[in-house]
Amino acid sequence: MTAPFDLNDNSVVVVIGTGAGGGVLANELAQKGVSVVALEAGGRYLPEDYINDEWESFGQLAWTDARTTSGDWRVAKDFSGLPAWIVKAVGGTTTHWAGASLRFQDHEWKAKTTYGEVQGANLLDWPIDPREMDDYYTKAETKLGVTRTGDRAGLPGNNNFKVFEKGAQALGYEEVHTGRMAINSADYDERPACQQTGFCFQGCKWGAKWSAAYTDIPRGEATGNLEVRERAHVLRIEHDQQGKVTGVVYVDADGNQQEQKARVVCVAGNSIESPRLLLNSASAMFSDGLANSSGQVGRNYMRHVTGSVYATFDQPVRMWRGTTMAGIIQDEARHAPDRGFVGGYELETLALGLPFMAAFLDPGGWGREFTTALDHYENMAGLWIVGEDMPQETNRITLNHAVTDQHGLPVADVHFDDHPNDVAMRDHAYRQGMALYDAVGATRTFPTPPYPSTHNLGTNRMSANARDGVVNAHGQSHDIANLFVSDGSQFTTGAAENPTLTIVALAIRQADFIAAEMNRQNI
Amino acid sequence: MTFRKQGITRRQLLSQGAMAGAGFVIGAGFVAGKAEAANWALEVQHLQPETMATLIQMARDIYPHDQVSDEFYAVAVKGYDSAEAAPAIEAGIAALNAAAQGIGYARYIDVGWERDRVDLLRGMENSAFFQQIRGGLVTGLYNQKAVWPIFGYEGESFSEGGYLYRGFDDINWL
Repeated sequence: MTAPFDLNDNSVVVVIGTGAGGGVLANELAQKGVSVVALEAGGRYLPEDYINDEWESFGQLAWTDARTTSGDWRVAKDFSGLPAWIVKAVGGTTTHWAGASLRFQDHEWKAKTTYGEVQGANLLDWPIDPREMDDYYTKAETKLGVTRTGDRAGLPGNNNFKVFEKGAQALGYEEVHTGRMAINSADYDERPACQQTGFCFQGCKWGAKWSAAYTDIPRGEATGNLEVRERAHVLRIEHDQQGKVTGVVYVDADGNQQEQKARVVCVAGNSIESPRLLLNSASAMFSDGLANSSGQVGRNYMRHVTGSVYATFDQPVRMWRGTTMAGIIQDEARHAPDRGFVGGYELETLALGLPFMAAFLDPGGWGREFTTALDHYENMAGLWIVGEDMPQETNRITLNHAVTDQHGLPVADVHFDDHPNDVAMRDHAYRQGMALYDAVGATRTFPTPPYPSTHNLGTNRMSANARDGVVNAHGQSHDIANLFVSDGSQFTTGAAENPTLTIVALAIRQADFIAAEMNRQNI
Repeated sequence: MTFRKQGITRRQLLSQGAMAGAGFVIGAGFVAGKAEAANWALEVQHLQPETMATLIQMARDIYPHDQVSDEFYAVAVKGYDSAEAAPAIEAGIAALNAAAQGIGYARYIDVGWERDRVDLLRGMENSAFFQQIRGGLVTGLYNQKAVWPIFGYEGESFSEGGYLYRGFDDINWL
């Protein structure tokens, strides 16, 4: 039973985007009896629709609207029109994500205090005490069914994990296991156990991996309090003379412009589209864009220190079989500046199919140096690096007025330069990853550059003080009380962990806050 | 344009075609495999057959896999045989042949050693033509399902129930 709300109903909360942030927030609010209209730019795809073919699935799910890139990151050269690999669909990037669900370490909530001054970095402490998050993390883990939390068992290790684990042991690593994954190791919450099918990135056809698309979204709809409008692309957020937001203008599935009135607007379009929307909503009153009195909207774009290490062996591995990312080493996630950088990184197993390996192993590479690697694809193992990158004011999303999208609006330009700390961390991780595989007898190792960003963070960051960021500790914009940010763009700093669990925990927490503030008539 | 297996008999091919420098038979409106085992032929409508043969050789020199036969490279580049694409391809191959003439060969496909052909390609690596061909091959070659088994890649497994009972953890040499 879905609830159709009138366009002029100004009692609703409008949530823009239905991924880990928006999808969870919409359901959590609906469960509390709050009326919600969720506007989703993409269409609705469910497990039976997912395609276990890398390029075909990319065509089905990926956000491929025009974007531009600049900066010294290699993505700007190799994938200049594709800065990020994220999803345009109901459920957002929770269809694509690998499922790794890690809590931040306590010190990562206080990066500036822990790391001190880092030249060129715009570090800041989160305005949240880590103890405030404990219960919300537990709620998020329960919602997602995260393995190795609660009484949920870990996943079994696949071939890629076994190679990884043996190398990790040879290097003396101790925190090595098949991960805390939002992929069922046993039937849980009406979802089946993982069948080790691979293609986790293409949408789980079993529904063993948690995705908002087939959990939170339909459950929210079942309350009668949530209406999800698919293929509804928001153009701008409107406000009144008092500076309160009043609704959003969007293009509906038939291509017609509509305006949905709102009591509260929550932006959850991922860290590229969310700041773009705020900037594109500039008005006479807010000439630099909404919620931007600090000038921080779009700034401090983070994408994690990433990279991969692949290795070939003299015998088969068949890394593509089974769960794509169920394997982790956490020993390097600590803050140990004697390594030559602040913050830490995780190492996680990763496999790509042959088509994506050809595209991402060494973008632009050719000739026998390249092809002899693929010749041994069957004998290849792989891991992914995910570490904390430094927020920098100049790494930012801006409006590129020279390029417009299908609706005539300026597209986002994504500018990113590596910070020296990022480079030092990545180089360390490459060395460790290569040593790991060498210890298992690798015949060749490949320190593979970062892919288009899957972890997009920080462009509407939380801050205690309004001059330092865009939103407060509840994701409420400093400037406009009834405007919220509900996705990873709230992140003050990125931490070393895959961000989804924290986005979900923050969304559950934000729903409590919004419902309470509505009850108090504060918003 | 059609891609055919066994579409023309080898006898017909050899009677119609002229041997090229590389592993191809080039005839009026078609390119075909030369070797006795080769059973493919590619009809061309917009490109000169010799241009297509050179393009196939270029594709192999960019992404050489000795266990992958020419027909897969032919499939990967056959899309360039269109009215829109052909002029730029003809010009690009003409430039490649001119480069070959610079080192004493009549045509690119007459250059015997791969390393010498690769040197010619390195010399034009930053050209729009080279990047168009290389970029197109990334999907054109490696996204052919028929190529995957040659690399051991199994593709989707959902239809067979995944690998839970079919070897997701069967590694035995560690």
